[in-house]
Amino acid sequence: MAGHVDSAIRPDATDITKDAKKRYAAGVLKYRQMGYWVPDYQPAETDVICVFRITPQEGVDPVEAAAAVAGESSTATWTVVWTDRLTACDSYRAKAYRVEPVPSTPGQYFAWVAYDLVLFEEGSIANMTASLIGNVFSFKPLKAARLEDIRIPVAYVKTFKGPPTGLIVERERLDKYGRPLLGATTKPKLGLSGRNYGRVVYEGLKGGLDFTKDDENINSQPFMHWRDRFLYVMDAVNKASAATGEVKGHYLNITAATMEDMYERAEFAKELGSVIVMVDLVIGWTAIQSMANWCRKNDMLMHMHRAGHGTYTRQKNHGVSFRVIAKWLRLAGCDHLHTGTAVGKLEGDPMTVQGYYNVCRDAYTRQDLPRGLFFDQDWADLKKVMPVASGGIHAGQMHQLLDLFGDDVVLQFGGGTIGHPSGIQAGAVANRVALEVMVKARNEGKNILQDGPMILKEAAKSCTPLQQALDTWGEVTFNYASTDTSDFTPSPTASA
Amino acid sequence: MMTNPTGRLTQGQFSFLPDLTDTEIALQVAYGLRKGYAWSVEYTDDPHPRNTYWEMYGNPMFDLADPAGVLRELTGCRQAFPRHYIRLVAFDSTRGVESIAMSFIVQRPPREPGFQLSRQEVHNRTIRYTIGSYATQDPEGERYGEG
Repeated sequence: MAGHVDSAIRPDATDITKDAKKRYAAGVLKYRQMGYWVPDYQPAETDVICVFRITPQEGVDPVEAAAAVAGESSTATWTVVWTDRLTACDSYRAKAYRVEPVPSTPGQYFAWVAYDLVLFEEGSIANMTASLIGNVFSFKPLKAARLEDIRIPVAYVKTFKGPPTGLIVERERLDKYGRPLLGATTKPKLGLSGRNYGRVVYEGLKGGLDFTKDDENINSQPFMHWRDRFLYVMDAVNKASAATGEVKGHYLNITAATMEDMYERAEFAKELGSVIVMVDLVIGWTAIQSMANWCRKNDMLMHMHRAGHGTYTRQKNHGVSFRVIAKWLRLAGCDHLHTGTAVGKLEGDPMTVQGYYNVCRDAYTRQDLPRGLFFDQDWADLKKVMPVASGGIHAGQMHQLLDLFGDDVVLQFGGGTIGHPSGIQAGAVANRVALEVMVKARNEGKNILQDGPMILKEAAKSCTPLQQALDTWGEVTFNYASTDTSDFTPSPTASA
Repeated sequence: MMTNPTGRLTQGQFSFLPDLTDTEIALQVAYGLRKGYAWSVEYTDDPHPRNTYWEMYGNPMFDLADPAGVLRELTGCRQAFPRHYIRLVAFDSTRGVESIAMSFIVQRPPREPGFQLSRQEVHNRTIRYTIGSYATQDPEGERYGEG
C-alpha cells in the first residue's frame, strides 16, 4: 500500500526488521524500524483495524508517527527490550500499513493500523479500549490523535453479547410498530420533588408519548430521593397505560456511585414493573457491561444516555469519534443510545449523524466515507440498538426527522412537549399527531421533505394542540456550523 | 369513555388520526406490499395492552400483490365481527427483523370502556399494579353490546 504514501513522507530505506541481531541490539530505534510500519501488509479477516487521524509534531515524519501509534497501542516501549525475543513478537506488534494526508487539512494524516486478534480479551470493551485509546493518546511526538473508525472482525464480534433486548424485541414487548417512538425528558432537570416529577410523566404519557425520561444528572439528590422518584413515576406510568390501553415506560436512571447502588436501584425498578432502566455513559465500560448482563437476565430494556461523550468526540483532531463509541456500545450492550438529531440544539452534521444511526441499526454496515464510515462492518446478527434523537427538536421538524432517520428511532421532545402553551398533554398530542400524519403521508408515497410543512399545517386544522405547537416553535432552528464533519464531502448543517 | 385526549384506545400506528377510509387503508397496505410484507387481519374483544395474540382472521397473506385482496379479507372480518376491534398487521421476514413491521386499528367497537387500574399496597410504599379491561368483565363475544 506504499502507493498511498505521499513521496514526501516515504519511509527511509533503512530496513533492519529482518536482521534480528541489529533489530534487538540495546538502544533506541525508530518505531518503523521496529516492525510497526509494514506498508505491504494485507490485514487478515480476523484483524481489528483502526483508522487514526494523527497530527504529528513539527518535524515528525507521518509514517514514523503512524508506526508510533501502532507501537504504543500494542507492544512497544520507548527502547528495545530483549524480552521481546521470548515471544512471537511479530504477531503481537500492531502494524501501520497505510498513511494518507487528510483531504484539505494540512498537517493531519489518516493512519491505518491492524491488530492481531490475539491482542484482545474476548468480550471486554475495557481491554480493547485500554490498548487502542490508552497510552497512545498522550504520546508526545503527536500533537493530537483521534480514533476515527474501527473494523471489528466477526470473530471478535461474536464474543460480545450485545444489546440486552434489541430494537426488534423491544417493539414486540411494547407492541409498537411501523413508526418512531415518542419520548420526552422531564423538565426542569433538577429540583422537582418526586410527586411533582410524576405529574410531568403522567401528563406526557397520557397525552400520547410512549416514553418519558430521567435526565442524565437525576440520580438521588436532596430534592428527590431515588426511591421516591421510582414510586411516583411508576404510579404515573401505570395510570397512563390504563388511560390509553398502551404499554408505556419511563427510563428510570439507575446511575449511582457504585455497582452495588446501581444493582439495588435496578432491582427496585424491576420490582415496580418498569420495562426500562437507564444508565449514563460516564459509569464506564465495565459497569455498562455488568448492567447489560443484569438487564439480559431480567428482561429489562437498557437506555444509554451518552453524558460526557462531547468531551472526547466533538473536536475533529483529538479524541474518539462517536461512531467508534457507538460500535463499542452496541457490542457492550445497550438498547437505546442517544445518537444526535442533526436538526436540534446539539452538535451533529446530518450525514455524520446518519453514520451513527447506521452503526446502531445495520445488519451489515457498508463503507460510506461521506457519512464517516471507513470500513465495511459485518455485525454477525448482533442485536440492533434503537437510536434516540433528543435535544432541541419540535413537532415542526417532524418531516425532516422522519426523512433523516426513518422509523427505528425514539424522537424525544422535552421542551417541545412540556413547554407547550396549553400544557403537557397538549404538547404530547401535538407531537403524536405530527408523527402519525407524517408516517401516513410517507407511506402513501408523498414527498414529505418537500410537502412536510403543508402536511403539518393541514393536520393542525383539526388539531388545536398541533396548531399551537407550530405557532410557538414552527420557526425555531439551530443553524450553526458543525465541528465534526466528514472530510470527504462538504455537508452543512440542515436547516428547516 | 376513555379519558385520554383521543377518547379511545391508542394502540397502533394511526390512533391519533381520524379513522382511515378504505382508500387510505389500501394505500398503507400497498406500501407494505411494496416492502415485501405479508398482511394479516386480526380481531379481538380484549384490547388489554398485554394481550399479544388477537384472533387471526385466516393466515397471513403471503404472495399477495394487490391490496384489494387484503381489503376483501377485512370486509369479511368486519361482517363477521362488527363490534370487535380489528387491526391490520404486516410481517417482515427479512433476516434480523422477522417481526411485525406495521400495525394499525381499522375497526373499533361503538363504545370503548377502557381499563381499570388496580393497586395492591404491599410492603414499604411499594404498590403492585394490575390493568384490567372493563369490557372483559363480560364473557367473550358479549362485550360490546349486540352482535
